Amino acid sequence: MSVEPALLAGEPAARPPKPGLPGRLARDGGIIFGALIILFMIVIGITAPWLGTKNPSEINPSFRNRVPGIEQTIRNDDGTARTFTYRMGTDSLGRDIYSRVIYGARVSLIIGITVAVISIAIGLFIGLIAGYLRWVDAVVMRLMDGLMAIPAILLAIALVSLFRAGVMSVIVAIIVPEVPRVVRLVRSIVLSVREEPYVEAAICAGTPTHLLLFRHVLPNTIPALIVQGTFICANAILLEAILSFLGIGIPPETPTWGNIMAEGRGLFRIYPHNIFFPGICLALTVLAVNVLGDGLRDKLDPKLARRV
Amino acid sequence: MGWPVTAPVLDVQGLTVRLPAGADRVHAVENVSFAVAPGEIVCVVGESGSGKSVTAHAVMGLLPPGQLTATAGRVLLEGDDLLRKSPTEMRRIRGDRISMIFQEPMTALNPVMKVGDQIAEVLDIHTRLSERERRARVLDVMTSVHLPEPERLIDVYPHQLSGGQRQRIMIAAALVLDPVLLIADEPTTALDVTTQAQILKLIKELRARRNTGVLFITHDFGVVAEVAHRVVVMQHGRVVEQGRTEDVLRRPRDDYTRMLIRAVPSLSPPPRAPAAAAPIVLQTTDLSKTYLARGFFAKRREVKAVKDVNLQVRRGETLGVVGESGSGKSTVARCIARLIEPTGGAILIEGADVARLGARALRPHRKRVQIVFQDPYRSLNPRRTVGAAITEGPMNFGMAESEAATRARNLMRLVGLDPDALARFPHQFSGGQRQRICIARALAMEPELLVADEPVSALDVSVQAQVLELIDDVRKRFNLAVLFITHDLRVAAQVCDRIAVMHKGEVVEEGTTAAVFAAPKHAYTRALFDSAPGRHFEFGKFEV
Repeated sequence: MSVEPALLAGEPAARPPKPGLPGRLARDGGIIFGALIILFMIVIGITAPWLGTKNPSEINPSFRNRVPGIEQTIRNDDGTARTFTYRMGTDSLGRDIYSRVIYGARVSLIIGITVAVISIAIGLFIGLIAGYLRWVDAVVMRLMDGLMAIPAILLAIALVSLFRAGVMSVIVAIIVPEVPRVVRLVRSIVLSVREEPYVEAAICAGTPTHLLLFRHVLPNTIPALIVQGTFICANAILLEAILSFLGIGIPPETPTWGNIMAEGRGLFRIYPHNIFFPGICLALTVLAVNVLGDGLRDKLDPKLARRV
Repeated sequence: MGWPVTAPVLDVQGLTVRLPAGADRVHAVENVSFAVAPGEIVCVVGESGSGKSVTAHAVMGLLPPGQLTATAGRVLLEGDDLLRKSPTEMRRIRGDRISMIFQEPMTALNPVMKVGDQIAEVLDIHTRLSERERRARVLDVMTSVHLPEPERLIDVYPHQLSGGQRQRIMIAAALVLDPVLLIADEPTTALDVTTQAQILKLIKELRARRNTGVLFITHDFGVVAEVAHRVVVMQHGRVVEQGRTEDVLRRPRDDYTRMLIRAVPSLSPPPRAPAAAAPIVLQTTDLSKTYLARGFFAKRREVKAVKDVNLQVRRGETLGVVGESGSGKSTVARCIARLIEPTGGAILIEGADVARLGARALRPHRKRVQIVFQDPYRSLNPRRTVGAAITEGPMNFGMAESEAATRARNLMRLVGLDPDALARFPHQFSGGQRQRICIARALAMEPELLVADEPVSALDVSVQAQVLELIDDVRKRFNLAVLFITHDLRVAAQVCDRIAVMHKGEVVEEGTTAAVFAAPKHAYTRALFDSAPGRHFEFGKFEV
């Protein structure tokens, strides 16, 4: 006795289709605010040479510690003279702070995005394996616990001092303490998803382990990882600034927001603009990334939003 | 059952509750009217989405603000219209004159508060009793709900109590101020049958002793037959029929009511052809699963989930494994499907022992055993199409995509779904349709043994009947061996050739369905049968 298909057509579909994800994201104020500011910073970083800047490393001993807005007649390469306005003043070596801040956006964003992408890729790989293979889990997670027990900044300082100072070594130094957090997140998702009946059904259907992880488990981690990625990005930008401020990150001739602030620290009482302008940029960027992350979390990962 | 004509405690007149814009219908409930007299139990019965819970919440004044609003009608509690009360006034009425018990006793109690204090909280809010008087009242009400040793239990936390005891605490908290109306929203759905029987008995006893009117929300006609004086049947937010229990169950006037009652599986098994000596597909010998609770410093603790289970299923036969939660029946199913590794014994699938095989050696055996799970909403990957789900298995074993797709189309037709729906995603299907897809997915592997782990427990009664029919149909068509795990005796009676009753990890009784139902031998089996709600009632035999 078979069931009439006509009868089933009458059964209502469980849920009406939701509005598309891009549509839902575009309606969130926080997401728009965050995305616009980040986009602004990226544009500034890319178009830095055309924004009325000069060589950010050029030293001008005769024009040190000037206040914002001061003008100077400088010679171009072809010998003609022009008037250059130091919109944000100069630092104690006579470098143009405006140019340094603009070029500094490049380093901050490159480090933030690179760290986020690489630490998520590594963390995802280790987390998937740790969550799925029980015997790996014990070893890997104890290792991660150990890494997390060391303060991130101390670990980064130690790692930077092992290599030559530079953008690459700073990126590595920030990735290492970030990876355990991603591993823990991915592992916790894998542990709950592997109990889902549809995963067990796939096991019964003889799906090989690598396909099982790729098809059924990995897609569940994506929303949480996008959200986590924004927080890692913000954290990396801050950590780079801290390392540069402490004078152990990127070499002082490369302009980064942290370097500029470190440079201005000594004369902060007299010339606050040295710290003020890069500080504003840093705070605004980190705030934008965090706001974007919060917005994405609410939209993509409601479970996480409730947990936090 | 003649009732004296008294003023009703609760009189709902033309209640209409509007759904937010964009829902699948305009009103959650529409023009609902019924009354509850003092000392009377009125059951509101309906399938999911019928509006029965919304009705209860509207009476209690607990509709989610901004989403659901009562737009018309009156809810009279002893003559007072509750819909016109301010939130402050409603707070004073709730707990004092009306109280409510919920489905999930696990989550309805605060886990970090002693149960005695949770009952006392009601007194604290509504009365000005001294500490000592409060404690006396709490002990008194705990005694009246038959909690053992109230003096001790008053100072324990919810996790130290069993599910049934927690529900008793909930009932005690609801009744401590002697409300005139008790609203029970599926209060026994999350409980085992034996516990359910005790709670139902308690509710009947309390309403008689205290003359409380009870509005009882349920989906289970067994429960209705057990406790109700009057029944209100709801469908799509409307009352389709109401009347005295005897009348509605014996002489339903409405077609929907008839269909619902007819869909209730009977407790008496239909005659089945005795299984011939077909070849044995599944045999377990002394199957055991012991969990070791391993602590870092603590001693190892053993939990024997399954102990020495011997089962046998022949080709074309359905073996039912019946038991309450924690009886180990699902562990048996998961061992046989080799989702977990048993710690002892053998599992012979067509003579080959699969109990100890590693992942690689197990692969060729995977296709022989397929499983259908309880929760249709979680057993399909929400991100993959139905077609991908059905073809995944055959393609894992090297079938070409086009061939797998043809098989999927045929299977969709077989389980009563449109083959063109293969490109759709699971969320576009209802629960019953999804369970059909899961059956199609299992059949795509051409298994010898189908393990069905509570396949209809999450479904409405009318859909349940169709899915059971489908499982029986595919068993006959493919001459499958079926291992049917269930807690529901009615379901077991209808689909199983033989039954094994499990209790605390062991099979306590096994035999043909007819024999076990006619003359249960083991004490536990008898207790289980005695607890089945509405066991004295033969559903679907209508009088004209």
